[in-house]
Amino acid sequence: MVSIQSKGEKATRQGFSDALVELGEENPNVVVLGADVSGSVKVDAFAKAYPDRFISVGVAEADMMGVSAGLALVGKIPFASTYGEFAAGRPFDQIRQSIAYSEMPVKICASHCGITVGPDGATHQSLEDVALMRVLPHMTVISPCDYLETKRAVKESLSITKGPVYIRFFRDNTPMFTDEATPFQIGKANTLIDGTDITIIAAGLQVWEAIQAAEMLQAKKISARVINMHTIKPLDREVILKAAKETGAIVTAEDHQIHCGLGSAVSEYLAQTLPTVQEFVAVRDTFGESGKGVELMKKYGIARDDIVKAAKRALKRKKGRRGEKAS
Amino acid sequence: MRGTDHQKLSIADLKEMARQIRRDIIKMLMISKSGHSGGPLGLADIFASLYFNILKYDPQNPTWPGRDYFFLSAGHLAPVWYVTLARAGFYPLSEMSTLRKINTRLQGHPAPGYTHGLPGVEIASGALGQGMSIAVGATIGLRMDQKPNHVYVLHGDGELDEGQVWEGLMTASHYNLDNLTAIVDRNFCQIDERTEKVMKLEPLADKWRSFGWNVIECDGNRIEEFLGAMQEARNFKGKPSVLIARTFMGKGVSFMEDDYRWHGVPPSEEQGKQALSELEPTKFGDFVMFEWEKEVPEVVK
Repeated sequence: MVSIQSKGEKATRQGFSDALVELGEENPNVVVLGADVSGSVKVDAFAKAYPDRFISVGVAEADMMGVSAGLALVGKIPFASTYGEFAAGRPFDQIRQSIAYSEMPVKICASHCGITVGPDGATHQSLEDVALMRVLPHMTVISPCDYLETKRAVKESLSITKGPVYIRFFRDNTPMFTDEATPFQIGKANTLIDGTDITIIAAGLQVWEAIQAAEMLQAKKISARVINMHTIKPLDREVILKAAKETGAIVTAEDHQIHCGLGSAVSEYLAQTLPTVQEFVAVRDTFGESGKGVELMKKYGIARDDIVKAAKRALKRKKGRRGEKAS
Repeated sequence: MRGTDHQKLSIADLKEMARQIRRDIIKMLMISKSGHSGGPLGLADIFASLYFNILKYDPQNPTWPGRDYFFLSAGHLAPVWYVTLARAGFYPLSEMSTLRKINTRLQGHPAPGYTHGLPGVEIASGALGQGMSIAVGATIGLRMDQKPNHVYVLHGDGELDEGQVWEGLMTASHYNLDNLTAIVDRNFCQIDERTEKVMKLEPLADKWRSFGWNVIECDGNRIEEFLGAMQEARNFKGKPSVLIARTFMGKGVSFMEDDYRWHGVPPSEEQGKQALSELEPTKFGDFVMFEWEKEVPEVVK
């Protein structure tokens, strides 16, 4: 098994920030909108470099989405930034009508997603955003796994000129394990580790957890494939079907509610093609609470140990199923 | 290039066009048997003024970069907009008879251009309160490129209950968007009741003023007065302007006038005939029914 190493830690939101500064230089139509959390979501660097192309809308996310739609309509490339809960939840109707239905190429950039945002507590832990965004027609949903992948996703999002993109990232510093040689293409998943017994499909911070889980499983002679499903919509169906055929058992892992996120997307697809044993590592239909990110991951069952346990459950069910078939 | 030079009508013709728009609305709703009557009838004078005197556009090239941008925030007022767009040459007159029918470009509420959308419609509207923010974004974007296009957005008065409108108002005045003009259709009626009973809006002009807007109050059913107010708005620099235009719901049809119960319903066959008998035919002529098989435009197929 190829070992994947962390090359230090940096926040995914920093990747967003650095991408914006580069895009500002490269494309004069790029504009950034801030809703009074510019420092936290790190759009302050863009605002400083290109003050004429930074638009503060105040603490008014509904307005921000409408203003973004208007900017896109006249040829600008707007990046609307705030925390996940206020990027997807609060202005859902504005995104639905003024952006998704109207097919406006707005980039909705959501920082501080997931339970791992930690101490701020449940109100700020965006655990429903993938569900809300992926249900919208015309929407692309991306959940990058580390600093560099976030940066590349933000830059690559310019290639989507019809319809919106939702990009989800996180607050904390997290391991950097992709590099320029790692493939990144929107809609095309990356198989990071090959394996034959089971497949772990993960997105966002759970990709690193999945890698760790795969190593723990390897120690127990279980060969786990790890797929980085950075694009949750459109889903890379080919790679999922291949994994289902070749490994016969799936674990999905995400920092999101168990309903309607990555796990559901995989399951919906396999139900229609090749029903496969699947275990879900996700927050189990409950709100979060304050605490450190790592503590919350453990308490709410989305850490590497939980992925290992889920893999064992899935393997047991897979074995049982084979037994059924034989009888 | 001036998109509207050939479209400008005299005051007398604008009045006649407004009457034709009212006739078209009635006929359209009689055919569709679904849609909003009251608000659209009350706005006929404003829409005749907008599309046959004020706005710059090219119906042959709806996305002409030099156009003025018009956003109908209160999407349910679509019948008056659709009728006016047909009269202005954006699509065939006969297609008016397809309102709300399957495969139509005249969706119940305005649809975006890529699929069911009608030429001249910039963006979807229907869920209320979203147009101001869109207009603000468009105005900021145009100003960044030093473009002179003017941006207009029309709100219903009941729609002002929506908080997002006031977020947009703040943004517009924060950025001193004087290339933006809002129109409020002040007919004091919304679905449930009179506006002041559902949710008090007065003192409405003071509210807009306190949000940093230049406020002009005018009679939206008197074309000369409305045109003058629009001119005043366009000439005003340093702040966005709003016309709070007093209109009467159902204007021109005796049994609908100033009655909130006509907000969201079409006239029956009999009521429609009665309405048409009160609106004298004009030199512009009524539209004829659309024949799907013969006339369906490529874009819809």
